[in-house]
Amino acid sequence: MRIKILLFGQLKERLGADFIEIEGVMDSDLLMVKLKSEFPVLSEISFRVAVDKNLISEKVVLSEKSEVALLPPFSGG
Amino acid sequence: MERYQRQIILSQFGPEGQAKLADAKVLVVGAGGLGCPVLMYLAAAGVGHLGIVDQDVVSLSNLQRQVLYKTEDVGLPKVERAEQYLLEMNPDVKVTSYFTYLTTENALEIVHDYDIIVDASDNFPTRYLVNDACVLLDKVLVYGAVSNFEGQVAVFNADLGDDKRSSNYRDIFPNPPMDNEIGNCAEIGVLGVLPGTIGCIQASEVIKLITGIGKPLVNQLQTVNLLTNQWQTFNIHASTETRPLIPDDTISFKNNDYSLACGPLQKMEIGAADFQAYFDKEDVVFVDVREAFEKPEIDFFHHKKYPLSNWEKEVPSFQEGTIILFCQSGKRSLEAAKKLSQIYKDKEIFSLKNGILSWHNNHKIISNEPY
Repeated sequence: MRIKILLFGQLKERLGADFIEIEGVMDSDLLMVKLKSEFPVLSEISFRVAVDKNLISEKVVLSEKSEVALLPPFSGG
Repeated sequence: MERYQRQIILSQFGPEGQAKLADAKVLVVGAGGLGCPVLMYLAAAGVGHLGIVDQDVVSLSNLQRQVLYKTEDVGLPKVERAEQYLLEMNPDVKVTSYFTYLTTENALEIVHDYDIIVDASDNFPTRYLVNDACVLLDKVLVYGAVSNFEGQVAVFNADLGDDKRSSNYRDIFPNPPMDNEIGNCAEIGVLGVLPGTIGCIQASEVIKLITGIGKPLVNQLQTVNLLTNQWQTFNIHASTETRPLIPDDTISFKNNDYSLACGPLQKMEIGAADFQAYFDKEDVVFVDVREAFEKPEIDFFHHKKYPLSNWEKEVPSFQEGTIILFCQSGKRSLEAAKKLSQIYKDKEIFSLKNGILSWHNNHKIISNEPY
């Protein structure tokens, strides 16, 4: 199972991509562990995770159709 | 009423909508890239009372996005220029200018007088401070922020009835990021149309909230990407876990240090009183990093002038053990302090918080005798 993860704001620049794909994760907790090991920069920057347009604060089961987004805070004005 | 005829003929809006706008009091925190379009459209629409908080002066590099200001305004306080522009544009509107940054000392008093607050600031400490002040005083907050080609907009702390309030900024991002995690607009690039677009959405949300039309972005975070034209709306919800992060009374609010909450590098900043205390000390050098043309000229204490724009070529060297930097508003001097701290590990290096303008207006020594 491959999940597409949309990147927002500075995460795009830090990871050099608009989105990334992660293979073989069943839920959002496993996704975070795998993301942080494959992309160590994600441990250095704060962001929130959204699944299917909902900001999540606990574990969510993922499917191939899940839309995941990583949202960092923006300060500029 | 001829001025507002085109909006009054909207069936959802009508003369009632116009009357609600005329009665409304809106505070705009920050008169920069976001604040300019917010102020211009709210003044044009006939919002009765606009407050503007900013202590920055217009600089040449502001003009590609801060469309209230003209080339001849460079060096002048933004709130003063904005107020004049808005009053000329629409004399129906009352404008109150606050030539200061929002601080824990003044925030509650200023915010208290308004119905809706617009966060058009450009830094995390102010964003958290405004958010907490709005939660504490039960005010609706219209948030906007930009990064590169993307923006975020949301309506926070809206009244849901039954003493309930919608989610706020801390429900999305509970704590401020560390200083080096995310850049601000002085460091990162921005196309002028981006804060223009986001500021217009903020103004639109303010008008919807005042007149009660449409569905404002309550419990939602809207993201906008100008490169791909993707607009996405994320659902957020108020969390009981974030409430303890917000001071729950005036005293704890005033004692909360929002600048420290944003990372250790901010500790380089000193306030006006500490700044002045160094006047009598030995082995201290004061450094003005402003450009040669910037006013006011400071002749109250001895200092050296090293404009930051020259530092690219050569960073100045210092013999003294303590280096105290200042600029107009405290941003460039903090940048200079960070640069110097990488070179001089053993020296004390400070930046005057809120800049020399604030010090000059509030703490200047009456005598003209130089120290």
